[in-house]
Amino acid sequence: MPGNDISSDRNACLVEIRGLRKCFGDNEVLKGIDLCVQRSEVVSIIGRSGSGKSTLLRCINGLERFDEGSLAVGGHALKHGDAHAMRELRQNVGMVFQQFNLFPTMSAGQNIMLAPRLVRKLPAADARKLAESLLERVGLAGRFDSAPHQLSGGQQQRVAIARALAMNPEVVLCDEMTSALDPELVGEVLQVIEKLAREGSTLIIVTHEMGFARKVSDRVIFMHQGRVHEEGRPEQIFDCPRTPELRNFLSLPPEQQA
Amino acid sequence: MNAFSNWDIIRNLLLAVPWTLALSAIAFIGGSVLAVTMLVLRLWKPATLGRAVHWYVQLFQGTPLLMQLFLTYFGLALFGVDTTPLAAATVCLILYACAYLTETWHGCVISIPPGQWEASASLALNLREQLVHVIFPQTFRMAVPPTVGLLVQIIKNSSLASVVGFVELTRAGQMIANVTYAPFLVYGLVSLIYFAICFPCSLLGRRLERRTRIQY
Repeated sequence: MPGNDISSDRNACLVEIRGLRKCFGDNEVLKGIDLCVQRSEVVSIIGRSGSGKSTLLRCINGLERFDEGSLAVGGHALKHGDAHAMRELRQNVGMVFQQFNLFPTMSAGQNIMLAPRLVRKLPAADARKLAESLLERVGLAGRFDSAPHQLSGGQQQRVAIARALAMNPEVVLCDEMTSALDPELVGEVLQVIEKLAREGSTLIIVTHEMGFARKVSDRVIFMHQGRVHEEGRPEQIFDCPRTPELRNFLSLPPEQQA
Repeated sequence: MNAFSNWDIIRNLLLAVPWTLALSAIAFIGGSVLAVTMLVLRLWKPATLGRAVHWYVQLFQGTPLLMQLFLTYFGLALFGVDTTPLAAATVCLILYACAYLTETWHGCVISIPPGQWEASASLALNLREQLVHVIFPQTFRMAVPPTVGLLVQIIKNSSLASVVGFVELTRAGQMIANVTYAPFLVYGLVSLIYFAICFPCSLLGRRLERRTRIQY
């Protein structure tokens, strides 16, 4: 039965977006996005600034409200008015920001402990253990007591990744996480994300690092003017782009007409 | 003819200092407690109550404290409340301090990078947790210098309470000047005492500022 097919298809989507529209005033930045991200899938979103890719990402954990369409994570629909539902959803969705956004009044370890302590009511000793193991996982063992400003940009971003992982989210959103970093610090952050991808995490990554997107992604989405313009496996997107917009974005010469 | 020695003058002025200190302290502490409440209301969504707070702040910032004191003193009496100069001055200065503290602290909250709100929201914290654990600790550090500035303003402006007959340092100075016929000496001493109270506050504020600066 076709109905059954649809429901089983829904179960397979960890993040399911249908007909998502979003306007800033008169400017429609998302013009009907449909996207299904499966568990353990790594999806990269590429596109010019202003194409709506960051806005789409920010819609997934409710930082941005959308005007039309539906969005669900792990089968739970995102409802903006419902504080309880938002809290549930956000525990399932971790986010890593361009500007790291570590809390400057806390040490690296406290940054990681905060949400488990408050939201999951983890006892202090357990939260500390969790934070220490997460710091080790991102290659910062022993930096529990460092203040954010004592760390390099790359180290701060790795603490931010550990903080996003602390709630054990089902999906992690990465919003241009290396754009604010000095070039020599980009590698250490990407290595951590690559490791997460290998370990089976579900990741949605907005990035300008094409080499990285190609290496780590299961699927690449090219956004253009508020729409998913082209999507496919990385080799397909980067080696044989079908649309002139994507060729242009990748700085490839226009396709020769035979 | 002049039966007052300099020591008499100084001693009588110093006797009034505790009233100035007490009035300032009550206004500052009461105003601060109230201002935290007002600040939370201003940050709450929907913004209906916040708008009311905004207008209260505008009202107190846009009228002279002297008028506020008159209106409190005579206004409360109009409503049948049996006011004393102490009660009127206290209520009025608390509301005055609260208005300025609310506005100043709200400015500090607004200047916190939006990423701090977003990061704490994305960690599933609710508004109360965001404020208590992320926003207010940063607000507090940012607010130290302007708050010390306001404290000094409150101490100096407590002198206006003299107009409703509250006997603090300035009122005591007026009375002593009237009987000693030495206004320059008396008001000079009054000013020196205010300076001796306010200057250490400013110094302390500067030291605190250095210690609480946030490094992003």
